[in-house]
Amino acid sequence: MTAATTDLPRAEAPRAVTLWRRFARNRAALLGLFLFGLVVLMALTAGLVEPVDPLRRAGDPLTRPFTDWAVPLGTDQLGRDILAGLFHGARISLLVGVLATLLSIGIGVLVGALSGFFGGWVDDVLMRVTEAFQTIPNFVLLLSLVAILGSSIEYITLAIAIVSWTAPARMVRAEFMSLRHREFVDAARNLGVSNASLIFREILPNALPPVIVYASVIMALSILLESALAFLGLGDPNFASWGNMIGQGRSVLRTDWYCAAIPGIAILLTVLSFSLLGEGLNDALNPRQKKT
Amino acid sequence: MHLSQVLSYALRRLLQAVPVVLLIMVGTFLLLKMAPGDTVDALVGDMGGADAAYIEKLRAEYGLDQPVWVQLWRYMAKIVQFDFGWSFVYEKPVATILWERLGTTLLLMGSSLSLAFTIGVVLGAVAARRAYSLTDNMISTLGLVFYATPSFFLSLMMILLFSVKLGWLPVGGVKTIAAFHTGWAHVWDVALHLIMPTAALSLIYLSFYLRLMRASVLEVVELDFVRTARAKGAGEARLMVHHIMRNALLPVVTLLGLQFSTVLGGSVVVETIFALPGLGQLAYQSVIQRDMNMLMGIIFLCAIIVVIVNFLTDLLYARLDSRIALR
Repeated sequence: MTAATTDLPRAEAPRAVTLWRRFARNRAALLGLFLFGLVVLMALTAGLVEPVDPLRRAGDPLTRPFTDWAVPLGTDQLGRDILAGLFHGARISLLVGVLATLLSIGIGVLVGALSGFFGGWVDDVLMRVTEAFQTIPNFVLLLSLVAILGSSIEYITLAIAIVSWTAPARMVRAEFMSLRHREFVDAARNLGVSNASLIFREILPNALPPVIVYASVIMALSILLESALAFLGLGDPNFASWGNMIGQGRSVLRTDWYCAAIPGIAILLTVLSFSLLGEGLNDALNPRQKKT
Repeated sequence: MHLSQVLSYALRRLLQAVPVVLLIMVGTFLLLKMAPGDTVDALVGDMGGADAAYIEKLRAEYGLDQPVWVQLWRYMAKIVQFDFGWSFVYEKPVATILWERLGTTLLLMGSSLSLAFTIGVVLGAVAARRAYSLTDNMISTLGLVFYATPSFFLSLMMILLFSVKLGWLPVGGVKTIAAFHTGWAHVWDVALHLIMPTAALSLIYLSFYLRLMRASVLEVVELDFVRTARAKGAGEARLMVHHIMRNALLPVVTLLGLQFSTVLGGSVVVETIFALPGLGQLAYQSVIQRDMNMLMGIIFLCAIIVVIVNFLTDLLYARLDSRIALR
C-alpha cells in the first residue's frame, strides 16, 4: 500500500491503460477477446442477416452448406436458414448469459456480503442455505424451476441465476471475512460510517476483482445451461437458440450432420472465448497472484 | 492416526449436513406448493373429472385442507421414511421407481468420475512437470477445449462417428435387449453401452481436474520438503509418486466432492441422449410429464447421495492429509 508513495517521479499511466497492458500480455486472452467480439458482432447484426424471422422457411429443406448462396450454411429439415439461426442464436445466448450472470452475481454479492460482514448467526443461516443449493444437482433444480415457472426466456434466465449464485456468494464471503477487520474499515467505522456504506462503499470495491474474473465462468456456464435446456426442447420456443438447433439436428444426424455440427461449434467457440477472457482478466486484475 | 478419530471427524461433518437436508425438504415442499395443481387435481384428472363435493372430500382425506405448517410437517415425516408419494404417471410409489433407476445412474457416475479423475490427474501432473513446454501447452489447450464442449454436442458427434459411420458402438440403452447375455458376456455388453455416455459426461470434469492438478503440482514442487527429499537422493519417480502427488491430490479430492452434485445434474442430458434408464432420464421425463412428486423425490434422493459422497470424500481426505486436526 505504501510502495506507491516512495518513488513518485514518473507519472503513472492511467489505470485503464495499465489493465489493458497486463491483459494484452496474454496472447490467448487476445484470441478470447477477438472471438467474444465476433459473437457480439453476430448478435448486433442478426437483424441485418435475417430481418424477418430466423424460424421462417428460407429455402429447400436440408440444403447442404456452400451450395446455395442465398443460404450459405444450408438449411435444416424445415428449410430454416442455419446462418440466420446462428446469428439470432448468438443474440439469445448473450442475452441469457449476461442477464443471468448479473443476476446471479447480484444475489451472490448480497448473500456473501451479509454473511461475511455480520458473521455469527446470519452467517450460519445463509451458509446453510448456500450449502442446500449446492447439494441439489443444479441441472435437476433448473429443470424443476422451468417445469414450475414455464419456459419463457425471462424465467429461464431467472432460473439459471437461481442455480448459479452459490459460488460467487462463497467468494464474496471469504473476501469480506478477510477484509472486515482491516484498518481502513475500522477507520471508517470510527468515523461513524453506517454498516450499509461500510459494506457497499468500503469493502465491496476491494472484494470485487476475483468475482469479476469468476463472472466469465458463470457466463460460460449460463450459456451451456441455456443451450442444454434448449437441446432438450425445454427452451423458449419463440426464439432461435443454438441448443435447440442441435436438438433438432439430432433427428437428421445420420444423413445431414452439419445441422447439429455448425451450432455446436458456435457454442464451443463462445464458451472458449469466455474461458480465455477470464484468464486475461485474472492477469489484469490480480497481477500479484502467482502465475499457475 | 486412528480409524476411530477419522470416523468421529467424518461423523461430525455428517451431523453438519442435517440442517442442510432439512432445508432441502422445506425447499422441495415449497416447490411442490408453487407448482400448478396438487395431488387431488392429478387424481381427479386421472378419473376424468368429479363433482365439487367429492373433490372437497378428497382434499380433506389427503390433508390438503390443513394449514401449510401441518402439511409441511406431515410431508417431512413421510420423506424421512423415503415415502415420496404416488406417481400418477407410473401408477406406482415414487420410491419404487427411484430404486429401480438408481443403479444405472450410480454406475454412470462411478465410471465417469473415475475416468475423469484418473486421466485428469495424470495429464495435470505431466503438464506441470513439463511446465511451459510444448507438451504442457498441448495438454492445457486440450483442457480448454474439453471444458468448452457441451456434453450433448460431444455425444452427438461421437454417435455420428462411432455408431453411424464406424458401427463400433451401440447408439443407446444400457444393454442389448434381445440378447439375454449372462455372466461376462453381460458385463462386456453393458461396458460397451457405457463407453460413449461415460466419455461424454466425464470430459468437462476431466478438464477441471487437469487444470487444478497442474496448478497444485506446480505449487507443491516449490515446497521445502520436496527439496529435502531430493537432497536426500530420492529418485524422480519416487519423488513424484510419494512426495508430490500425495500432497497435490488434496485440492483435487476436495473438488471431486464439491462437484459431485453437478455431475449428477449433467447425467440428465447424457442419460436422455443415450436412453439410459437412470435418474437423470427419469428427471427429464418427469418434467415433460409434469410428474412433480417424482421430480421432488429425485431432488431429495440426489441430495442424500451428495451428502453421502461428501462424507466419503471427507474420510478419504482425512486419510490422505495427516495434518488435518481432527477437532
